[in-house]
Amino acid sequence: MNAPLATVTLQAKDFKSDYKPVWCPGCGDYSVLSAITKALAMLALRPENVAVVSGIGCSSRIPAYTTCYGFHGVHGRSLPAATGLKVARPELTVLVASGDGDGYSIGGNHFLHACRRNVDLTYIVMDNHVYGMTKGQPSPTTEPDWPSKLAPGGTGLREFHPLVIALASGANFIARAFSGDPNGCATLIAEAVRHPGFSFIEVLSPCVTFRPEQRGWKDVAHPAPVAFTDDPGRAARRIMTDDGFNIGVLYKGNRPPYGAAQTSPGSVKDLEKAFQL
Amino acid sequence: MKTKPKPSGQYADFMSRAYTMELDATERYAQFAEQLETHNNREVAQLFRKLADIEALHAKRILDEMQWPSIPALPPAYAWDGAEAPETAPFDSLHYLMQPWHALEIALRCEREALQYYEDIAASRAPKQVRDTAREMAAEEAEHVRLIKEWMKRVPRPEAGWDEDPDPPGVTG
Repeated sequence: MNAPLATVTLQAKDFKSDYKPVWCPGCGDYSVLSAITKALAMLALRPENVAVVSGIGCSSRIPAYTTCYGFHGVHGRSLPAATGLKVARPELTVLVASGDGDGYSIGGNHFLHACRRNVDLTYIVMDNHVYGMTKGQPSPTTEPDWPSKLAPGGTGLREFHPLVIALASGANFIARAFSGDPNGCATLIAEAVRHPGFSFIEVLSPCVTFRPEQRGWKDVAHPAPVAFTDDPGRAARRIMTDDGFNIGVLYKGNRPPYGAAQTSPGSVKDLEKAFQL
Repeated sequence: MKTKPKPSGQYADFMSRAYTMELDATERYAQFAEQLETHNNREVAQLFRKLADIEALHAKRILDEMQWPSIPALPPAYAWDGAEAPETAPFDSLHYLMQPWHALEIALRCEREALQYYEDIAASRAPKQVRDTAREMAAEEAEHVRLIKEWMKRVPRPEAGWDEDPDPPGVTG
C-alpha cells in the first residue's frame, strides 16, 4: 500500500520543474534556485502548498523552474501580487523572488510598504548590482564608480541600502545570504519562512557576465561576527556600519504579522450593510 | 555467509560524509552539464555529464560498502571547512565559452581538495578504522588526480583569448 501523501518526505529535486534555467553558466541564481528547493525540502513542505511570485528580470524567472504554484508578474509588482495572494490564501507559504532592479527600483515603493504591512511573506532578492537581463545597466545597488559604456566613469550616485531601508520600514526578519554558500543560503531561507511576518533576505548573487569581478565575492563574504538582535536600534547601527558582506540573520523582530483578524471581511450581510448608501 | 563487522558510530559518520561528498559532486556536475547544454556548449556538457556519472558510481560504491539501503531523502547538512563539501565545484566555476580543458581543470581542483580532505583525516587522531579507510580513499583520490591529469593531456589546451566573444552579450566594458 502506498504511504499517505503527507508522510512522504520530498527531496530538493522534487521542487525543481522540468524547465531548464537559461541563466548564464556560472550565474549565482542557479545556486539560489538550489537553495530555495533545499529549503522547501527542509521545511517538509509540498509544492502544492507553496507559491513563488516574481516580477521581471533574470532572478524573476525562478517560479517557472519550481514545481510550486508560480506567478511571473509585472516588473516591480511581485510584492503586491504576493500580498494579495497571502491575504486571500493564508495557508499557503508564499515566497517572493526579485532582483535589485526589479525589487529596489521599479518595485522600490512596494518594498517599503510590504515591510511596513508585515504580511507573512518571504522576500528573496538576488542582488548582483546590475540589470543583467537588459544587458548591464547600473541598478540602484551599483557602486557609484562602476564604469560602463552606459555610465562612463560610473553613475556617481550613492547606492541604495536595502537592509537599512527594510529595517526602517518594519521588516520583521532581515538576513544577508551569499549564493556561493548554497547550503547556508538554504538554511537562511528556511529560517525566514519559519519566522512570522515579512522576512527579507538579500542574497549576494554574482552576475558573472556583466560583473565578472563579483566572482571575488567568495573571498570577502564572511559569517556575521555577532548573533542577530531583536533591537532595531542596535540592528540599524550594525547594518549601517557593516562591510556589506556579513552573512547571516541580522535582525529578528517580534511584530505580529498582518493576520486573519484584520482580513476577515465578516458575513455577506455585514458587507452589504457597510456598502449601503 | 560472512558478514561485515558493524561499523562504529564514528566510522558510519565518516562514511556518511564521504557519501554526501560524492552525492554533492554528482549533483553539481549534473547541474553544470545542464547549464552548458542550455547554452549549446555540448562538448563540455558531455564531459560534465561523464564526470557526474563517475561520481555517482563512487557514491553507489559507498552505499554498497556500508550496505545502506538507499539514498536518504535529505542528506545530512554537514559543516565543512569551506562553504561546500571538498569535492564540490563552486557554482561560479563556469564560463559560457569554456572548453573541455577548463572542465577538467575544475575536476582536478575538486579531486585535489578531496585528496587533501582524506589525507588530513588519515593523519588525524580519528579511530583506526576511520584512518585506515581515509588512507584508502586518499589513495583513490590520488589515482583520480592522476587520471584527470592524463585526460588533460588528451584535450587541447585553450589558447589565450579563449573567452573573447566577437559578439559579446553586453553593452558594458
